[in-house]
Amino acid sequence: MFLISLFERREKLKTYFSLTINECIKIGYDSLFIVSIVSIFMGAVTTIQTAYNLVGPLIPDYVISLVVRDMTLLELSPTIIAIVFAGKVGSNIAGELGTMRITEQIDALEVMGVNSSSYLVLPKIIAALLMFPILVIISATLAIFGGYAAGVLTDVITGQEYIYGIRYEFNPFNIPFALVKAYVFAFIVASISSFQGYYTSGGALEVGKSSTNAVTNSCIAILIADYILAQILL
Amino acid sequence: MIEIKGISKSFKDKKVLHGISGKFVKGKTNLIIGASGTGKSVLLKCLVGLLNPDKGSVLFDGRNFTNANKNLTTEIRREIGMLFQGSALFDSKNVEENIKFPLDLLTDTSQKEKIDKVNHCLSLVGLEKINKKMPSELSGGMKKRVGIARAIVNDSNYLFCDEPNSGLDPLTAIKIDDLILELTQKLNTTTIVVTHDMNSVIEIGEYIMFLHNGRKLWEGDNKEILKTKIKELNDFIFSNKLMKKIR
Repeated sequence: MFLISLFERREKLKTYFSLTINECIKIGYDSLFIVSIVSIFMGAVTTIQTAYNLVGPLIPDYVISLVVRDMTLLELSPTIIAIVFAGKVGSNIAGELGTMRITEQIDALEVMGVNSSSYLVLPKIIAALLMFPILVIISATLAIFGGYAAGVLTDVITGQEYIYGIRYEFNPFNIPFALVKAYVFAFIVASISSFQGYYTSGGALEVGKSSTNAVTNSCIAILIADYILAQILL
Repeated sequence: MIEIKGISKSFKDKKVLHGISGKFVKGKTNLIIGASGTGKSVLLKCLVGLLNPDKGSVLFDGRNFTNANKNLTTEIRREIGMLFQGSALFDSKNVEENIKFPLDLLTDTSQKEKIDKVNHCLSLVGLEKINKKMPSELSGGMKKRVGIARAIVNDSNYLFCDEPNSGLDPLTAIKIDDLILELTQKLNTTTIVVTHDMNSVIEIGEYIMFLHNGRKLWEGDNKEILKTKIKELNDFIFSNKLMKKIR
């Protein structure tokens, strides 16, 4: 019902365009720093831990980067970054909408004849769908780079071997699979967080609860969706 | 004119409004008064469509708002201006953007015309050269004035004010009352003010509806109200020492 209401009594497209651009900056550009930090260390740690577990004369070193590549594309970049995204963007969306609700700003929009859910939520969902896959692509790139840096700096793998492993038996389907996950997770985070925030009632305490619920529910939904997508698509 | 016919509203088992009827006249300040928890704000929310009454109807100049289709609802809502208790200014927008907001959404006029209209409304509410200030930089009284400016910027036919004096000092409260009265007469709007401020009742109450326990107990104007014999209304009016002395 909530999602259907987003498409009723819509405003002019121009209005949504500027709102969506603003949301893209808030959701995408402002998340870049945390996504970059998490991704670089995620790749670095995966390299070190894979090397630690795969030590043996029969296993070539390039397997380390092969594992980093596949783990990053299949799981770490879409899912871990989605969890980070839920924590940063989801709580922000729920907090913003919750505060607007309790301070009657949403009522003010309704009284003006504006479909408040469409006006406030639709640009957030569109922006999340546009920006999160880009963040996942950036994350995957940085994670692989982080793995390279960690591997070379700690001498667990040479640069050449790392690049060889990255290219070795690469399955191109992993990229669309990661992007499908990214779109699904972006929709989950934006819609659950918006719902929690939009239907906040009470005061500051309830806004806090909405933010917490947004993050918790989004994380659970992401993990369930992750399993279902893996089951269906792999 | 706004007419309400037999408005009833319940929340779960609790009946908040019991078949309230009345007529709010154009060009006058119409007050809905009563103690806290008597259903004033619920009635106001039913009037502006934020709540749906269980029974009864609201007519805006003969147009039934309660059973209106989506187009008519939007049409009527776009003729409504409302000042909220906490002003409800958009935090992320400055004063100019807040006031311009209804124009941006609902009209196709040029930016220059919109800015001129914003400045005109700001001058009407006695505020100038604060266009670029953020709501967080304004005092309570200034926020209310900006809220009024936003409510009238779209040439609203109907002006609703929810507790316009709450949280304001007596001097600012009087200024806000005077402003509402002046704008109502100047713009010929149907103005409905929900309040429990007795000063507002005496100053601007051209039509007053008194609610008690969700029922309309009395209606009249600010001269008649001081002569009433209804106990509940007398208890409400003369609840403070100053009013008792005046009596």
